[in-house]
Amino acid sequence: MAPGALVKLDDYRQVAPRGAVDILMRIGERLRGRRLTHVSASRYGGAGIEVLNRLVPIMSDLGVETSWEVTIGTADFDQVGRAVNKALAGTEQVITEAMLARLRETAVENARRLRLDADVVMVHDATPIGLVEQRGGAGRWVWRCNQDLSSAQPQVWNALRPMAQRYDAAVFSLARFAAPLSIPRFIVYPSIDPLSERNREMSRVEQAAQMDRLRVPRDKPILLQVGPFERLHDPLGVINAYRLVKKHHDVRLVLAGPPPAPGDDVLSDVREAAGQDPDITVIVLPPDPQTELNALERAATIAIQKPLKADFTIEVATAMWKGKPVIGTIAGGIPFQMVVNVTGYTVETVEGAAFRIRQLLSNPEMIGRMGAAGREHVRRNFLVTRHLSDYLALVAHLTR
Amino acid sequence: MSPTEPFVFLGCLELNELLPHEAHDARELLEQLERVPVESIFCHTSAALLHRPVLAEAYPNDFSLWVGTEVRDVRLAERLAAVDAFHAGSMERVREELVAIVSDHLQHLGTAPARTQGKRFRFFQVHLVPVPTGHQARTLTELRDALAEVDVSALFYHTTEARYRAGRGRGDFAEWVGSVLGLADLADRLAHIDPHAGSLERIRDRHLSVLSDAIDGKGA
Repeated sequence: MAPGALVKLDDYRQVAPRGAVDILMRIGERLRGRRLTHVSASRYGGAGIEVLNRLVPIMSDLGVETSWEVTIGTADFDQVGRAVNKALAGTEQVITEAMLARLRETAVENARRLRLDADVVMVHDATPIGLVEQRGGAGRWVWRCNQDLSSAQPQVWNALRPMAQRYDAAVFSLARFAAPLSIPRFIVYPSIDPLSERNREMSRVEQAAQMDRLRVPRDKPILLQVGPFERLHDPLGVINAYRLVKKHHDVRLVLAGPPPAPGDDVLSDVREAAGQDPDITVIVLPPDPQTELNALERAATIAIQKPLKADFTIEVATAMWKGKPVIGTIAGGIPFQMVVNVTGYTVETVEGAAFRIRQLLSNPEMIGRMGAAGREHVRRNFLVTRHLSDYLALVAHLTR
Repeated sequence: MSPTEPFVFLGCLELNELLPHEAHDARELLEQLERVPVESIFCHTSAALLHRPVLAEAYPNDFSLWVGTEVRDVRLAERLAAVDAFHAGSMERVREELVAIVSDHLQHLGTAPARTQGKRFRFFQVHLVPVPTGHQARTLTELRDALAEVDVSALFYHTTEARYRAGRGRGDFAEWVGSVLGLADLADRLAHIDPHAGSLERIRDRHLSVLSDAIDGKGA
């Protein structure tokens, strides 16, 4: 497919499970003319939102009139939104009554401006949650929460919960992320787009060129962790696991992530821990590093995800799609993407990670077998076609 | 089904609803088994095929899997695994069997049941949206060829959903082959394909194998 070409549902026949695209086309025929509006506070900000760039045009192509509205607000409103999201993620924040009032006022202003008369209105995440208080007409309203609410700051969730209750249904990414609500709660896993720049097939020549540009030699097996340079992602623990492995196997470690937030000193600690070891490469990724990550994941021998606390961490599925076994912790959505002992291993310690890496390196046939099983598992459960199927099922269910 | 009607393949989309019921040990499992809607029993027994990984799990339903891997009570897990949702007749009957097993186990336990150190059991129910796949068959060969192509949810819909929730006898394939094509022996063989094959893809393979054998033998 030419870069930048508009992707059609038919293009997914080459990657989706057999028959899956036919089913989607048929349900599209059945739902033809129904209207679905997504609303979010931004067009960016995580896999759950960004997948709409693909889902919205495909759903429209199928005959479901799908639009995507974005709320607008002042700079102070954006600050409130960020603080609320952090509080819901479990980082204690100071949220005043005035800030919550700002959230509501902005919802009222946006409700006047946006077209919210579709058959199904799906509001994404907490910032625009208050739109529901302005609902009118016969449409069904769904709150799509992409966050983990299991450790939300009680004061903040207690303020938002009455608004969430006014929806007809809520959708969470995992059962363990869901908060108690008296409305129906559905579970829809995030997904990866196999035709995106991050996941498309890549020739060996292009892959080699990218690796050269990133200055990662391809002379030894590569252990790769992709993730932010934050203590919660435990890059230092990954280095310690690598050192245990290195006593037995000649490997490289690549740690790749976006630039750390200002004031975060983990990156310097990581560089110090890596010391003069030429087999550890620390890559601070450029903006929108989809091609680079695609090449790195394809070049890797084993993918590692060792966060201590995590959201869904769809990076597990992206590595599995490229046929890599994954060694991950039990944080967030990591174990839910794996079939333990079949597509990879879950571990709880540095020593456990090192042991499993050594086990795979000593039995290379397991790497191929687990990688192939992982790719099939992702094909069935974590491709955007499955995501599309879930949303179409939701529209059919709510408008039946 | 009229004898002149072709076999129309339906698949299904699934929507998983999280219910406000959960269990941390066998006693709580018993309480919730008595309380949850029967659709939830279906979701965690017969419909486990829909959300199970490609490879076969050690235990055939979600209750035995959880008790075995999270609570680590192997005796109870093995007894729950023996509940045959595919031949119980109704989901209420399945519920009764599950309740009787957990109840009996607790009675003979003598101590407080072990609590899970890992994941609690969360009850779900699955909403199925039937969808035509666009495939039809008028002959045995067409049936086999379409079966090889359709979305795997069609296997679930015509074998499991048809038989155990919609109450359509031996499953749609066996019914059609028997009543429309008049092939009673073949219908019997299709009806007896073990649903514990491990995954819907394996169930598809077994159907294809039975149909291919019949076609080769009869020259259909």
